[in-house]
Amino acid sequence: MNLHGIKQISAALHSKDISVQELHDIYTNRHAIHAEQLNCFINTTPELAKKQIKSSQALIDSNQANILTGIPIVHKDLFCTKDIKTTCASHMLENFVAPYDATIVENLNQAGMVTLAKANMDEFAMGSSNENSYFGAVKNPWDHNRVPGGSSGGSAALVAAGLSPIATGSDTGGSIRQPAALCGVTGIKPTYGRASRYGMVAFASSLDQAGVFARSAEDCTLILSQMCGFDPKDSTSAQVDNENFAINQNQSIKGLKVGVISEWMDLLPENIKLTTQQAINKLKDLGAELVEIELPTAHLAVSAYYVIASAECSSNLSRFDGIRYGQQCSNPKDLNDLYVRSRTEGFGEEVKRRIMVGTWALSAGFYDAYYRKAQKIRRLISEDFKNAFKNVDCIASPVSPEIAFEFNAKKDPVSMYQADVFTIPSSLAGLPCMSMPIGLVDNLPVGLQLIGKNLSESTILNVAHQYQQDTNFHNLVAEGYHE
Amino acid sequence: MNNQPSTKWETVIGLEIHTQLKTKSKLFAATNTAYGASPNSQVSFLEAAIPGTLPVFNEKVLRYAIRFGLAVGAKVIAKESTFDRKNYFYPDSPKGYQITQLNHPIVEHGILVIKDDKGNDKTIRINRAHIEEDAGKSVHDKYAEYSGIDLNRCGTPLIEIVSEPDMSSAKEAVAYMKEIHTIVTHLGICDGNLQEGSFRCDANVSIRPVGQTELGTRTELKNINSFRFVEKAINLEVKRQIKLIESGGNVIQETRLYDADKNETRSMRSKEEANDYRYFPDPDLLPVVIDQAYIDNEKQYIPEFPVEKIARYTQELALKSDDANIIANDKPLSDYFDSLILLLKKAKATTAANMLLGEFSALLKSKEASVQDNNITIEQFSGLLESLAENKISHKIAKVVLEKMWGTNYSATSVIEKEGLAQVSDSGELESIVKEIINNNQSQFTAYKKGDMKMFNFFVGQVMKQTKGRANPAQVKSILEKS
Amino acid sequence: MLINRKEVEQIAVLAKLRVSESEIDAIATSLDSVVEMINHINEVNTDHVKPMANPMDAVQRLRVDVVKETSKKEQLLSMASNADDDYYLVPTVVE
Repeated sequence: MNLHGIKQISAALHSKDISVQELHDIYTNRHAIHAEQLNCFINTTPELAKKQIKSSQALIDSNQANILTGIPIVHKDLFCTKDIKTTCASHMLENFVAPYDATIVENLNQAGMVTLAKANMDEFAMGSSNENSYFGAVKNPWDHNRVPGGSSGGSAALVAAGLSPIATGSDTGGSIRQPAALCGVTGIKPTYGRASRYGMVAFASSLDQAGVFARSAEDCTLILSQMCGFDPKDSTSAQVDNENFAINQNQSIKGLKVGVISEWMDLLPENIKLTTQQAINKLKDLGAELVEIELPTAHLAVSAYYVIASAECSSNLSRFDGIRYGQQCSNPKDLNDLYVRSRTEGFGEEVKRRIMVGTWALSAGFYDAYYRKAQKIRRLISEDFKNAFKNVDCIASPVSPEIAFEFNAKKDPVSMYQADVFTIPSSLAGLPCMSMPIGLVDNLPVGLQLIGKNLSESTILNVAHQYQQDTNFHNLVAEGYHE
Repeated sequence: MNNQPSTKWETVIGLEIHTQLKTKSKLFAATNTAYGASPNSQVSFLEAAIPGTLPVFNEKVLRYAIRFGLAVGAKVIAKESTFDRKNYFYPDSPKGYQITQLNHPIVEHGILVIKDDKGNDKTIRINRAHIEEDAGKSVHDKYAEYSGIDLNRCGTPLIEIVSEPDMSSAKEAVAYMKEIHTIVTHLGICDGNLQEGSFRCDANVSIRPVGQTELGTRTELKNINSFRFVEKAINLEVKRQIKLIESGGNVIQETRLYDADKNETRSMRSKEEANDYRYFPDPDLLPVVIDQAYIDNEKQYIPEFPVEKIARYTQELALKSDDANIIANDKPLSDYFDSLILLLKKAKATTAANMLLGEFSALLKSKEASVQDNNITIEQFSGLLESLAENKISHKIAKVVLEKMWGTNYSATSVIEKEGLAQVSDSGELESIVKEIINNNQSQFTAYKKGDMKMFNFFVGQVMKQTKGRANPAQVKSILEKS
Repeated sequence: MLINRKEVEQIAVLAKLRVSESEIDAIATSLDSVVEMINHINEVNTDHVKPMANPMDAVQRLRVDVVKETSKKEQLLSMASNADDDYYLVPTVVE
């Protein structure tokens, strides 16, 4: 039975070649073999899955199902799932049971998807390697001594390992794109405001977006269309028509103008640069016109981002005090002790570091110099993209300056932050962007980033889809993980 | 001890008034705002700061804020205002920040006119009025080692009204506070209940030598919940500061509480010593943008204020200024009065006012009712006044009719008829009654004829008794005089 | 040093985090390197640039004033480490 991709799986379910239960069992059997080693799950959700299997099978049997009904999914543990532990990979929320579903979870539940588990991640979405989880690091299926990337490392790794066809993730500065690249899967972050943030535990409110990992752009399209949509419960939710992102998907990219940034390419080590160039050339072969573009302020993006993201997160995480939910320290001797010990014990090192940076950046006298200044740089970077998009329809660029690195390789936080140099600019500008696999270097995956204009998810998904029709890199599977 | 006169000091006072807005739901969540609910029963996930929850702005709050701005002639009603986060840790503020407006408030630069200590008009400037959310409440006396936190009040919308330090005495401060109270209650945006805490005042008090332009160090008197206490607290504090400085000390900038039982102010062990609130724009909320048409639309909701009513009552309706004052400052009563006078034809507004403040108010008091209960409708009341104006009944009888109409549907006319209360004005009938009484009281009549005026009253009284009060007193008197 | 020990202590107080004596220097160093990276934002002149709060430059939507929520009292209080039937409980605050 060919079970590659949602279309095929759905066809098999609808033609009764396989039941939802049987499909589910295929994946849970693989979990039994691989999940513990990869450490990609924080909690599994068998009770919820049971209910959803039953109801989705009923829909299929009564011909009321859609293409996503019965398809398994894993949610990054940053998304609230009702009556199920939602830990954000933190000791602080280790036993926190969310009292409601995030809107994106609700949207996917409504389509009849079957939830298998909550994925491991960097604590509170802060990190680029998934080494910052209270529940331990996640391993990259391609090399168990190496990181899967982060913060959505668990989600990327489990899709790469075939433990679910789909996983949700979140992307603030690259947390979907970078792990997608390092694990050899396809991942997309939509335009800021497309996916509701209601129920997604906030890290940096003006940057956070929910997104998805899958084995193909085609699958990403199906999930993204279902996931996105205006949500009145989120004031930052974009009031645009709900789109079917598949609309462009069989359009040739002949004549499409694709921007390339030589300055960025020059920052790459030779082997990655070569692979990236090959992928860009393939786009040209498919008919795209390559146009040289510049993003003059982009080199300040990482600095500006860390001001904004740290400042916002330092405030967003103030609610974690152990009083109304979450871990409270034992025997607090007074109120201050309760706050300080609960928070110090509850948060990991990276989280505490970012809270400190953010607190500092907002402290008296620094608001204009740092936060406001960073917001101005943000506008300049956004303008850079707007200018570039006058001449191109989308941009193709590297995702990560390196392939998956070894555990503990980056002891200095700043070197970790610099890993996001290619992904952060489009995050600041709120643009839709994705990563697709383009080959291996030293047997480790490399990705290509596609950045689109505001609200142009269909364009970049189409480019990726055309590329994936003509190549096979997105189907490469790590040794030991073949089905 | 020193005997220096305190007249060399002048007092400088600024007030910060927090008014709770009378909306049905909270500022950022659709939770009930009703007072007096059982603890923590009017709390949604947002107020409890459950992770992933997001604020959505209540339109009514914006409209009420605009109305306040219009009522105080604000120079600025911002077409673009923003929300900021004020970051601090306290159990009654679960998010670890309060959402307020710092840099771009909705209203700025309004004015109010009060009477100063000499009775002259004095303009007090209102620096700003901004929207913010209220905090929860703590109970300290229920438990030995704990404070209990109730979040019902958390998230209730407030407008904080900040004056310039334009007041020079406690009396002026109270006059200003009362005027603000009148405005917000007459606008219908706040119920002005000081005991329940929907109208709270903090006073910033400082002193300086007369003639000095530089302000002295101020202390903040917090949460005083009655007009009387405001006056007392400010006077105490001024005395304290004068005494302190004259004995060589310095006023420290601090927060002080007024203790009504001990009649003293004392330093509060402050929540946050020298706190740095690290204000920055709330990234979960977007700029509130309105146009002039939106603002103009609110003008129709601005009522006539007492000072305007008094002018109308005295100038157009010839009411005595004391009566005008009483009616104008009692909103339900003035609403009733204003509707009542529209129905009058022969009857005069002055008569209506007299009866309203006299017999009607006495009746309300004896029945422990309020005018809003509508136990006597304006139709019934105006009917009564017309009957009086047409001399169908005497003034004494009018009181009886009023009582008989109470709580019924009966018109004045039907009560008069049913009870046989119509005034006897038939000269023939009256003459024969007078004759009869004179005949039966010959010696008294002789005394009267000899000039004993007490006898005159005796006969009037007897006629009234005979006619059960229905005799037209004026006619009786003229008949007697002719006798 | 861009951030000194005293500043680290002050920041920790504001953030309600404890930094032990032995940790202060290490934290100061790591914060320092982050701040140094952040300081690059000063390389460009932004005098006439409007700050960008939201990538869409969108404006706030307004919500109609109706009550939709019902009591969640039991559920909320049951999530807390220390609460009774009515209140969240915290060590006494002296005012």
